Amino acid sequence: MPDNQSHSDSIAGAGEAEQPVKVQARDVCVSYSGKQALNHVSIDVPDRSVTAFIGPSGCGKSTFLRCLNRMNDTIEGARVTGSLKIDGLEVNDKSVDPVVLRANVGMVFQKPNPFPKSIYDNVAYGPRIHGLALSKDELDAIVEDSLRKAGLWDEVADRLNHPGTSLSGGQQQRLVIARAIAVNPEVILMDEPCSALDPIATAKIEELIDELRENYCIIIVTHSMQQAARVSQQTAFFHMGNLVEYGTTEDIFTNPRDPRTQDYITGRFG
Amino acid sequence: MTDSADLPKLRQTVSERLPKRYRAEMRFRVAGLSAVGIAVAILLLLVGSITMQALPAFTVNQLVLPVQLSGDLVDPEGDGSEDSLRRGSYGRVLQDAVREQFPEVRDRRELRALFSLYTPLNSTRLMETVLADPGLVGETHEFRMPIADDLNLYLKGRLVADRTLEPVGTMAVSEAGRDFEVTAESEAFADLRDTVSGLLNQAADNLERRAATARERAGNLSGEDREDALYDAEDLMVEAAAVRSQAALENGWVEMSDSLPSILVETGETALRVTALSADGRSARAEAMLGGGAMSDVSDWSIYVIDTPESRRRVSDQLIVWTRALVRRGFVESGLNPYLFANADSREPELAGVKGALYGSILTMLITIILSVPVGVCTAVYLEEYAPKNRFTDLIEVNINNLAAVPSIVFGLLGLAVFINAFGLPRSTPLVGGLVLSLMTLPTLIIATRAALKAVPVSIRQAALAVGASKTQTVFHHVLPLAAPGILTGSIIGLAQAMGETAPLLMIGMVAFIADAPTLGLEGLTEPATVMPIQIFLWSSSPERAFVHSTSAAILVLLVLMIGFNALAIYLRRRFERRW
Repeated sequence: MPDNQSHSDSIAGAGEAEQPVKVQARDVCVSYSGKQALNHVSIDVPDRSVTAFIGPSGCGKSTFLRCLNRMNDTIEGARVTGSLKIDGLEVNDKSVDPVVLRANVGMVFQKPNPFPKSIYDNVAYGPRIHGLALSKDELDAIVEDSLRKAGLWDEVADRLNHPGTSLSGGQQQRLVIARAIAVNPEVILMDEPCSALDPIATAKIEELIDELRENYCIIIVTHSMQQAARVSQQTAFFHMGNLVEYGTTEDIFTNPRDPRTQDYITGRFG
Repeated sequence: MTDSADLPKLRQTVSERLPKRYRAEMRFRVAGLSAVGIAVAILLLLVGSITMQALPAFTVNQLVLPVQLSGDLVDPEGDGSEDSLRRGSYGRVLQDAVREQFPEVRDRRELRALFSLYTPLNSTRLMETVLADPGLVGETHEFRMPIADDLNLYLKGRLVADRTLEPVGTMAVSEAGRDFEVTAESEAFADLRDTVSGLLNQAADNLERRAATARERAGNLSGEDREDALYDAEDLMVEAAAVRSQAALENGWVEMSDSLPSILVETGETALRVTALSADGRSARAEAMLGGGAMSDVSDWSIYVIDTPESRRRVSDQLIVWTRALVRRGFVESGLNPYLFANADSREPELAGVKGALYGSILTMLITIILSVPVGVCTAVYLEEYAPKNRFTDLIEVNINNLAAVPSIVFGLLGLAVFINAFGLPRSTPLVGGLVLSLMTLPTLIIATRAALKAVPVSIRQAALAVGASKTQTVFHHVLPLAAPGILTGSIIGLAQAMGETAPLLMIGMVAFIADAPTLGLEGLTEPATVMPIQIFLWSSSPERAFVHSTSAAILVLLVLMIGFNALAIYLRRRFERRW
């Protein structure tokens, strides 16, 4: 993008421009009831890759993530300024309906939060409300496809009518991912998706994220630096509401430019 | 970190405190258990006493008399038209039916007593029977009517203390002027004679005590007052001496009076009331209450004693004798009380029922449910999910919470002023009652619904929003179903409270005496009606003793309704919860 190139000095970029830019942020600031949570963040996130946001608690990484699907709208007193574009479309524009946006930008939360409905209904909910399936067969196909993509199909194929809440934590999280991809979004946001899971379930989710990279732009917030190193291609380090450093994961972990990044990844913080 | 040397010390400190901690837990458990025990005991006591009180109301003794529906009495025009049948003298028909049983009763005063075996309201019921089946005109119809409330209680053994003695040997009755003399072979009256003289001695003791008090009072007075008090004392002493000489059977007889137990000598179709007992315990003077005439060598006879003196009960000896005769002749039938559920309110306890109040309650609750549940739930959803949080919504919230604490009678006054005076809606109707109760229930319902909505986890809302559900879809697809059990419980608690509410309905005139049940339907909404709690209130303030039992029965019916309501709440709750 020419616009991107001209500001390359001040804008954090991953450097490797193999993939086109999917998410473009310029001077994004967020405040909650007057309290600044995010300062002038500018970042370019490429498509079809995994970008990890790391940083200590309260550094603003989740806040930034929530800007991307306008979940901050639901928080009383939240104020977002700056420009935030997905596929060149301004997210915060008045003409953009958050419902349409969220259909395009799926989100997975820290704690698995399946609906208290059957596994099938959990996955089918998004397609149903958006009218993505014209017939029952089509819906069945979407559900199966999503569950397969989330690597859950083999485990739940024979009990689609069971409640989603009856699954184990790791399965629930994959169910939630299946629910998110069922509406076929372009961006998937994951807010510490493995923090409530055991290592085996975590490994499965990480594997899944790696597979999903083929088709989606994935942004993951994590507290685990090993996880960031394992699953992501780009890593952004946030600190005190600022984007400190952004680059390829390899660069960030082997050759950090900022001393704060160095301190954080070597465990000298907190 | 704790050093290994500190470990035993730590252990000691903990174990020293341990018994105290366990004792505290035990104390709490005992306190909790006893609280539960006390609550259960009080509940059982309450329900138990109400049930015991209510039992007599569920049965009734009915007179089943053959009534002659002769054409000239029932059908004065002679054309069998409804108009003519409505003008029939059904009271006369009933009177004739009873007189047929006791043809010897001729005196007007006695006749009036005889007709008090049943309430004249039964003539209306008889008319309705004939109107429903005009073919009965000219026939003899077996008509069932409840016996008068006091006699009903008497037959259930709840009005008087009585006993029947079976003396040995025979007895003879001889005529002595207008009266009779009963002579028994054995000393059949000896025990009764002793009882009576004992009671008379007690009465004399009482009189003497009163005389002593009067004399004492005289000591503190002077002049005329003193003289008066002394006269009183003297009079009382004379009276006491007379009673004592009676008790001592000085003239060989002790006279009975209405302040002494009634003694009836019964044999077959004859009943004699003892007027005097002889000293020898073998004979008694008596007057005829039923039948009469000299007889001898009667072996099948009994003495029926009513220990409650006639002056202290609501039914006379004569009525009891007639009632017993009717029972003996098989014209009294005891069974379940059909009037309790088939009739609306009545001035006569034996005909009063809860149907009117029950229908009134159902109609009122219908209006309340239809109005308050949708309005309350929608208000709560809007306030909780959509309304911006600002001063205005804060004010609304404070006001709703305040309204929940407003005394219910204030809602009644509001209903009177707004619905009846300003809108001109008809008084005493389920429509206005339902409106008032809806107003009263709304705050409770809104608060309960908001609490249920608040309890739905944020994660579910986020999940729905994140897949692109709109606000409304999130609320209706996810939040409301999850809050449904809580909303239901809140609604039903609020509605149950409304069902038991009396005060606001008093204000809008539902306290009136209404003898006809409202129609169970749309038109019933604007017909005068009353509700269960008000029926209970009305009956509990009625002087007739039988209404005590009707009141308890109505309370039981209301309790059963409430239990049904709450059971429905639990059932619905379980059903909704099963949807995870």
